[in-house]
Amino acid sequence: MPIVTIDDIKIEVPEGTSILQAARMIGGDIVPPTMCYYSSLKTSGGYCRTCIVKVEQGSAKDPRPIPKPVASCRTTVMDGMVVRNITSPENLEARAGVVEFLLLNHPLDCPVCDQAGECHLQDLSYENGKSETRYEFPRREFDPIDIGDKIKLHMNRCILCYRCVKVADQITDGRCHGVINRGEAAEISTYIEQAIDNDFSGNVIDVCPVGALTDKTFRFKSRVWYTKPLDAHRDCKKCSGKVRLWYQGEEVLRVTARKDEWGEVEKNEAGNADWICNECRFDKKEAKDWTIDGPTKVDRHSVISANHYEGLKMIKADTLRMMGAKPHGIKVELGEGALDPNNK
Amino acid sequence: MLTNRSKQVVKKEMTWVEKAYLPAIFQGLIITFKHIFKKKATIRYPEQKRPIAPVYRGQHVLKRDESGAERCTACGLCAVACPAEAITMVAAERTKDEVSLYREEKYASVYEINMLRCIFCGLCEEACPKEAIFLTDRIVPSTFERHEFIFGKDILVEPVNERLDVTKRQTPEVLEFKKDKKHKHNLTFLDKVIVKKSRH
Repeated sequence: MPIVTIDDIKIEVPEGTSILQAARMIGGDIVPPTMCYYSSLKTSGGYCRTCIVKVEQGSAKDPRPIPKPVASCRTTVMDGMVVRNITSPENLEARAGVVEFLLLNHPLDCPVCDQAGECHLQDLSYENGKSETRYEFPRREFDPIDIGDKIKLHMNRCILCYRCVKVADQITDGRCHGVINRGEAAEISTYIEQAIDNDFSGNVIDVCPVGALTDKTFRFKSRVWYTKPLDAHRDCKKCSGKVRLWYQGEEVLRVTARKDEWGEVEKNEAGNADWICNECRFDKKEAKDWTIDGPTKVDRHSVISANHYEGLKMIKADTLRMMGAKPHGIKVELGEGALDPNNK
Repeated sequence: MLTNRSKQVVKKEMTWVEKAYLPAIFQGLIITFKHIFKKKATIRYPEQKRPIAPVYRGQHVLKRDESGAERCTACGLCAVACPAEAITMVAAERTKDEVSLYREEKYASVYEINMLRCIFCGLCEEACPKEAIFLTDRIVPSTFERHEFIFGKDILVEPVNERLDVTKRQTPEVLEFKKDKKHKHNLTFLDKVIVKKSRH
């Protein structure tokens, strides 16, 4: 089995593992952020470039570096590969550039957006981007569309990650939405505003990393950080019935699938994602419909988990400071347990 | 005896002058009469008002933009920043007829500040990404009932024809701090002109 070194941490992984998956096996702050890759959706990944890493040594046989940053979600590991993510200042700079490009057309209407607080693009720009924009041209603008009576599409906010298209392709029966036009004019759309009404269409809300696809039943009801997540389940004939309820006081404001520490829908023992059906998501908003399993443990990717930005910022500052003197090949000394995935 | 400030109490016999009380009463009256001719410590509020600092933090105002639309989008950041938990709000979606009333597609249908809870720290103003809430140099009037201190939008939103000037609170330090908060989409037309000029 190949042994790969990511940010000075060695790990042995099965043949055919991608760099991103290897990094996730190590866990902690060295895991590259992802916007389009979704482990339970086939052929996802490779669009957004946020997971780029620097490959310092291609393999043990051919130790030449790969001359440009590679998308870690689409690159398989080779034996003896040496990868740098947060310990490479060039890589961090390149990623900041990617973030700037993703934000070119993003309206930054976070005060209005329902996704704010659990938005991956917010996390990404906070952790890897710049707070300022240099873009001087008008942003592309679309009117918000209703996709069916339960889903709202704000095309302005979309970063074209294609996750929702993959969901429509692979999870729902009968795909009825996709991407039309090309380049800057590309947009997620249904065929002549056809309503999406199959049982699993609501999952496009869960996979959307930004606020482009949002739940209309939760629209403007509250902000994410005022609601309290609880894990719950019910006997559902169509889906697993394992959900997360978002409470405000005694009221269930929103039902979503359970998400893991990577912001993806949790997988069951068989390795399949526990997608939930539209009935569970939109129609069961009473506490009596559900059996509560307990409060949700929030690991990552949320303002609900306090101060999760702090540790990462320190490691990066250290990297940049130390790398300033000597650009390559130093062992970065991280604090005690800084890379331990259980130490959040 | 930890502080070394305790005093031994002595109960001593009073002299006959002290027992007569009258000298002590006159002494007190002299002090009272002296104060008649001194400068008064009080003023006749509300007819008279004391000068207050230009950056005084008093009653809040919810600003409107140039066209008269409300700036607040009910993002809830002021309520999160509020250390006294004085602010509550309910958001609503703007309809097509209300475009001139509210600046963004979401607005606060209810916005309440409990003035009994508020400590006038100004963190709401600092948190606001939309330049909507400001503290002003107005003093919150007193009333007799507790419920009258919960100020709703009827009191907080500035009237269209009586705009409040908050430029006094925009000191150079404040503007420097706010520079980081500004994104281009959030600027008014005038700001954009100023930004362009300052670049060249």
